[in-house]
Amino acid sequence: MFPNTQVRGPSGARKASAPPVVHCIDVRVRILAALALSVVVATETRPIPLAGALLAAIAATIAARVSLEPLTHRLVSLNLFLLLLDACVAVSTPGAVLLSLGPAHVTREGIVYAGMITLKANTIVLFLTTLLGSIEAVDFGYALERLLVPQKLTRLLLFTVRYLDVLHREYGRLSQAVAVRGFRPRLDRHSLRTFGYLAGMLLVRALDRSERVHAAMKCRGFTGRFHPLEPATLHARDGAFAAGAILLAALLVRGRWW
Amino acid sequence: MSDALINLRDVTFGYAQDWPVLRDLHFRLDAGERVGLIGANGSGKSTLLHLIVGLLRPEKGAVEVLGMVRRREEDFHEVRRRVGLLFQDADDQLFCPTVAEDVAFGPLNLGKSPREARAKAHETLEQLDLTSLEDRVTYKLSGGEKRLAALAGVLVMQPRILLLDEPIAGLDPNAEARVTELLAELPQEMVVVSHDAAFLSRLTSRRVRLANGRAEAA
Repeated sequence: MFPNTQVRGPSGARKASAPPVVHCIDVRVRILAALALSVVVATETRPIPLAGALLAAIAATIAARVSLEPLTHRLVSLNLFLLLLDACVAVSTPGAVLLSLGPAHVTREGIVYAGMITLKANTIVLFLTTLLGSIEAVDFGYALERLLVPQKLTRLLLFTVRYLDVLHREYGRLSQAVAVRGFRPRLDRHSLRTFGYLAGMLLVRALDRSERVHAAMKCRGFTGRFHPLEPATLHARDGAFAAGAILLAALLVRGRWW
Repeated sequence: MSDALINLRDVTFGYAQDWPVLRDLHFRLDAGERVGLIGANGSGKSTLLHLIVGLLRPEKGAVEVLGMVRRREEDFHEVRRRVGLLFQDADDQLFCPTVAEDVAFGPLNLGKSPREARAKAHETLEQLDLTSLEDRVTYKLSGGEKRLAALAGVLVMQPRILLLDEPIAGLDPNAEARVTELLAELPQEMVVVSHDAAFLSRLTSRRVRLANGRAEAA
């Protein structure tokens, strides 16, 4: 989801002269569109709309010029996991038996069901990659905040992004400190206790750090409220994009209720 | 009441019971003065700075800043607007994703509009010749750059007094020279904690040593 938190700006897509349209769309609109399309796809049970959704997702992926390599990586690991799930579904769904392997009976209904799960999962992952994959963690946090997700949660995300690196360096220093004194992890009491101390010390230091950060914030006039610096403005293109997403979702659910 | 900018009288403070770091301490900063604060590790130099801006409260004694005795949290809100504290570890201070956002954090807290805050941040960075850092991500800065960005976050509040906690500790000679030069040109009164005698004699007019919980001229 967060391919690169170091530099802000479009990433996860190949460098090109003009950025893909989706990168210019307001992050909030992208989150809502991804949410809506995921729900529609996940609850769909008819094969034709599902196939249509997959085609739409593939088209969107191409239009957004998503880098192929990380995407392939993601899809391979997803489908390896799904294979396991599919195998279980195929033999555990009651129905017309197609094939018997000892005590396990592969049913026709099971195959269809497993196929649908695979189709849905791939479609949703493609939509999420296209719509959310290029969003920086920081922008994602701010967008959630504007979507009225409680500030406590979004700030947790933002502070985590900021201090993960600091904590990671702190952990690096601690583990170096034990390594230079000849520590080799083994499966014994001494090693377990050492790891316990490491984790404990990291927690204590993180707590200390958080208190110092809070103190520094108070020194700059912080009284418990965050004020956004970037104004949140929606453009016509955001509206057009939202309309497109709604249209696609409506097309997919067509015939389900009316 | 006195005309001192900072006047601590009979201040006692300890982190643990019956073990005060500072005991009946007197400390004063007058207009036009720059005081260097020296003393062994753990002698209470950072503690003293934190008492001045109300991050810590004394067990006993009076903390008078800018002409008023300050006691409650609300008293210190004004102090923190007008007294800028630079922390020892810049990572504690730079918590926003980018330098521009971090520098604008203070002005936003003072009720400035985002546009004004951004303009003020830009102006401050320009004065410090740091505009190249503006859109950089804070945790990817070098140690020297972090110190300078944190300083910008303090100066953007246009403080009357500066409290600097080891501003050059851990910097390489180049970064140290740059920070020293920058600080020397600032107009504010200062209290500077440092172990570096040459740095303090360049920057400050008077030295105070903390030992056994008290402050004495050094």
